[in-house]
Formats: sequence, structure tokens, C-alpha cells
Amino acid sequence: MMQHHLILRVVVKILAPAIILFGLYVQFHGDYSPGGGFQAGVIIAAAFIIYGIVFGLKQAQQVLPGWVVHKLIALGVLIYAGTGIYSMMAGYTFLDYDGLSPAYPTGGQHNGILLVEFGVGVTVTGAMVTIYYAFAGRPPRISDEEW
Amino acid sequence: MVATAVAIARMRSLFATVMLAGVFSLLSALLFVNLDAVDVAFTEAAVGAGISTVLMLGTLALTSRVERPSSRSPVIPLFVVIATGAMLIYGTLDMPNFGSPDAPAQLHVAPDYFYGTEKDIKLPNVVTAILASYRGFDTLGETAVVFTAGIGVLLLISGLRTRRRRDEDEEEDET
Repeated sequence: MMQHHLILRVVVKILAPAIILFGLYVQFHGDYSPGGGFQAGVIIAAAFIIYGIVFGLKQAQQVLPGWVVHKLIALGVLIYAGTGIYSMMAGYTFLDYDGLSPAYPTGGQHNGILLVEFGVGVTVTGAMVTIYYAFAGRPPRISDEEW
Repeated sequence: MVATAVAIARMRSLFATVMLAGVFSLLSALLFVNLDAVDVAFTEAAVGAGISTVLMLGTLALTSRVERPSSRSPVIPLFVVIATGAMLIYGTLDMPNFGSPDAPAQLHVAPDYFYGTEKDIKLPNVVTAILASYRGFDTLGETAVVFTAGIGVLLLISGLRTRRRRDEDEEEDET
């Protein structure tokens, strides 16, 4: 599918890893610079979506199969809620990150925020890629020439 | 931005409309940068200009390419829009000046968050600290919303179960 568009294919091949890397930077550097889970999730999803647009849905789903993405959506929420439940187990209130390392609350806060943002990122990536797969997976009404 | 909005409303070609909607998002991202809300601008650029344009195009591929001209007269919608806009502008007259230090938004819990972030969390990005720590519960809710949206689209239109294409398309726009 889509053997034309040589330039697009080469550019996307070079760009996609860079986009994912930038997404990870936004994800884990969100404490210090603008960004966080929501933005990072969208950026990482965009890398997969752009790959899917240029190389076709089949190729994209070989890289990231549909069932994995479905699990990712739930996994993110579980990471988030799990962090809260862990702090509850440690004797603090739900989502009180001081409980992650009682001896050094600031560090606990840092870890908690990182974990929680990671959960958000995973869910957002999963949801965005799922929505794209769902839309792109349906047989289109408009043929390519009509554009 | 106004020109883009008017063009979107006047345009019949849906493809051009989607592209202009992307332009509109990008412009509003610039606006947010101007207001020093970099986190929001970031999200707007990624979600509004990037993902939703792609999703709209995906939807467009499933429907037709040109909008059907509507038969109803535009007078009543126009009146409603103008009345609402006038009321909103009237409302802004009461608002404190932009960046004014004694605006209610700056006096209520914001100082607690600012000083608390410095003391308890020691993170330079206050937005992240508020989002993930002070308002962790809200963010959990937001994540659940995203989760629900994903599940909803999955149930409605993904081909989990193979199905024949029906003649009338249900138009689901989950953006």
C-alpha cells in the first residue's frame, strides 16, 4: 500500500523516533519544564499516527498491535490509581505522595508526580492511538483520487 | 483568528474547513504563549492542531467531502450568537485587568500553591505540582475521562467484531 510518496516515507522514518524521544523528554522532564503526561501522551501517539498515515494502518499495527494499545489505556489508569493505593497502604491518604518515601517527603512527592504523570501519559497514548486505529480501520468512502 | 473563524463558517468544502480548524488551533496556541500559559499552549498545539485534525480527516474519509447547504435561514442562529457574544463582552467589563495582583484568582488558593510548591515539593514547574500533587484527585478523574473516551470509541466504531458497512453512517465524532 502507498508505494509512492518516497520523500514522505523517508522523512517519517527519520522523524518518528525523534518524535517519540521528544515525547519521552516532555513526559519525564515535565516537572522542570512545560509539559507532562497529557502532552507527552499526545506527542507519542502522534508519532504512531504519522507512521500509520504514511505507511498504512497494517504496518503501524505491526509495530504497535491493537490489543496492546487497548491494554495501555487501562494500564495507565491502574498505574495512577495504584500510586494512590500504595500511599494508602503506607498509612497516608489516597494520592498523598509523601507516603512513597516517608523519610524524605520531597523525594516522595517527586516520585509520586513522576509515576502519576507516567500513568496519564500511558493512558493518553493508548486512547489516542486507539481512536486513530478505530477511525482508520473502517473502509473509507472517499477514494484516494478524489482528494 | 476572527478571519479564520469566519472562513470556517462560510466554507463548504469540508477538507478546507478541517485545515482551517487546525490553523485556528495553532493561532490560539500562540495566544496562550502570549499569555505565558506555555503548558496550555503545548496541549493546544498538540491536541488541537495535531491530533484532532488527523481525526477529523479520518472522519472525513468516512463521510462525504462537501457540506450540504442548509435550508434554514441563518437569522435566529446569528441573533443567538450575537446576543451571547454581547453578554460575554459585557461580563468581561467587570473582570479585573489582566495580570492584576488583586484579582480573585490570585488571592484565593494560588498563593498557598505557589509557596507550598517551593516548600513541600521543590519543583520549578508549579503547573505540574498543582496538577499532579495538589489536585491529584482531579487529574485521576481526567485520566478516567480519557480512559472512558478510548473505551467508548472502541466499543462504538472499532472493528473488534467484524461487521458489514451499513448504508447510513453513524457519525461519531469523539474528539
